Amino acid sequence: MSKLRPELQKICEWIEPNSRVLDLGCGDGALLEWLQNNRGVTGYGVDIEPDNVLSCLKKKVNIIQADLSAGLTDFGDGSFDYVIMTQALQALQYPHRILAEMQRVGRQSIVTFPNFGFWKHRIHLMLKGQMPVSKALPAQWYDTQNIHLCTIKDFEEFCSERAMVISKKDIMNYEHRSGLLLRAWPNLLGAVALYQLNAQDLG
Amino acid sequence: MLKIPSDSIGLVTPQIQHFSEKLVLDCGKSLEQYDIVYETYGKLNAAADNAVLVCHALSADHHAAGYHSETDKKPGWWEACIGPGKPIDTNRFFVVSPGNLGQCNGSTGPKSTNPSTGKAYGPDFPMVTVSDWVKYQKRLAERLGLSQWAAVVGGSLGGMQAMQWAIEFPDAVRHAVIIASAPKLSAQNIAFNAVARQAIMSDPDFHEGRYYEHDTVPSGGLKVARMLGHITYLSDDAMGDKFGRDLKDDKLNYHYDVEFEVESYLRYQGESFVNRFDANTYLLMTKALDYFDPASQEQGNLAEAFKKTSAKYFLASFTTDWRFSPERSREIVKALTEAGRDVSYLEFESNHGHDAFLVPMIQYIDAFKQYMDNIEVST
Repeated sequence: MSKLRPELQKICEWIEPNSRVLDLGCGDGALLEWLQNNRGVTGYGVDIEPDNVLSCLKKKVNIIQADLSAGLTDFGDGSFDYVIMTQALQALQYPHRILAEMQRVGRQSIVTFPNFGFWKHRIHLMLKGQMPVSKALPAQWYDTQNIHLCTIKDFEEFCSERAMVISKKDIMNYEHRSGLLLRAWPNLLGAVALYQLNAQDLG
Repeated sequence: MLKIPSDSIGLVTPQIQHFSEKLVLDCGKSLEQYDIVYETYGKLNAAADNAVLVCHALSADHHAAGYHSETDKKPGWWEACIGPGKPIDTNRFFVVSPGNLGQCNGSTGPKSTNPSTGKAYGPDFPMVTVSDWVKYQKRLAERLGLSQWAAVVGGSLGGMQAMQWAIEFPDAVRHAVIIASAPKLSAQNIAFNAVARQAIMSDPDFHEGRYYEHDTVPSGGLKVARMLGHITYLSDDAMGDKFGRDLKDDKLNYHYDVEFEVESYLRYQGESFVNRFDANTYLLMTKALDYFDPASQEQGNLAEAFKKTSAKYFLASFTTDWRFSPERSREIVKALTEAGRDVSYLEFESNHGHDAFLVPMIQYIDAFKQYMDNIEVST
């Protein structure tokens, strides 16, 4: 697991063995590969980038090349135990639509995103008067893919407005420790947010 | 003399197997006996677990790779993908490439002699379906001592055969590779085939399919059929890039003979096709395409059909293919994911239209090769 980035390691802890997983924006397929080999997980990765797709094939991870913004129409209701989307929410044209689709397709949804409320971002904006550039958000305002950034507070408000039930959460700083201070002021001290949401009972 | 490229399988020789065990066909008729012509590339390993079946599309045949002689101008139709170091790597796999029943290049078809009349079958050759082909291919496999394919691979109508194999003989297929294909033809696709058939059948030289007896060929009709088909295999962009509105002469001549380059190209395609293809075979192949619909066995539910399969799947499509568009491949992928099967699906940027699956485009070749390389075979 050590090869996985810390955020993905945490997700691996959350996933029940032998479950069925859909990984949206799966990148090189590292998460699914680990879950397949160590947790008996089955499922598919979805990604659009040709290099990522080839990496997934190399790792023997099932990969479906598709554009997430076109939605998840190719997947049936409740067809996965988990639908995961790491660090992609903020790059989508309509993040709220994809979240609704994840809720439809999976029993649990797991999302991670960079917290725009992180103190360094706030300082950047307040003292420099410029759009934050950081480890989590390395691009400039004009060429960033991150077009829908939100804070932890924004996200939780969004979930409660839409009656999305948060079943697990973890807030990480760059050292990936979750200390007392971080628990006290997550929206200020957290750099990366991880959430697990229960699917809504539509019946 | 032609220098055969080093990444080619080289010189190959077709072989023929005769089958005298009756084959009952979907149409209700049967063939008492038949020949199948096929080629093989590479070596079967001791465990016999490295065999790959290559299924051909509408106008192709058993000659998928290599050259028949050093003077051949062209190699087999899938030279881009079959050979040493290529996606279907003949250093690893034993490749079997048969010519389908109904074809006109060695396997029994309308041109062959009907043993009960002593004349060519012509229109009396029974209609054959993708499922019928899979059945004769199974017999061929048994004849060659193969109980399971490492992979069944095909593009277009060939992809349909790979799908049918996985459904009909689940234990005999470890991987199904389905490229630029569809779960069934759309109304528009059937319509194109219908026009092609009408062109052939309305040719005065057709003689209701008995043109061999009249020593004629419905060449005008077959030409038009091929020209129509060819338009649908290319993309608008590819045609535009290749010909634009270029003229044969530098001026307009105000006549009905060839004026635009694209007309000249289509006529050439039509004419060279007439020299190598049989009109009755063209009719049969288009009908086999029209009839293919494996979901019909499951009340239209393709996922149900795939639930009974045990193969892993690789699918690919090409952005400008409008005859078998990416959406059609995605229908198959959707059914496979719903059935819980292992599947990878790739969509390649290409301006070659449907014919892109025959073109050695680097991203396609790399991904196809990676998938095939992952298939485990004994050494």
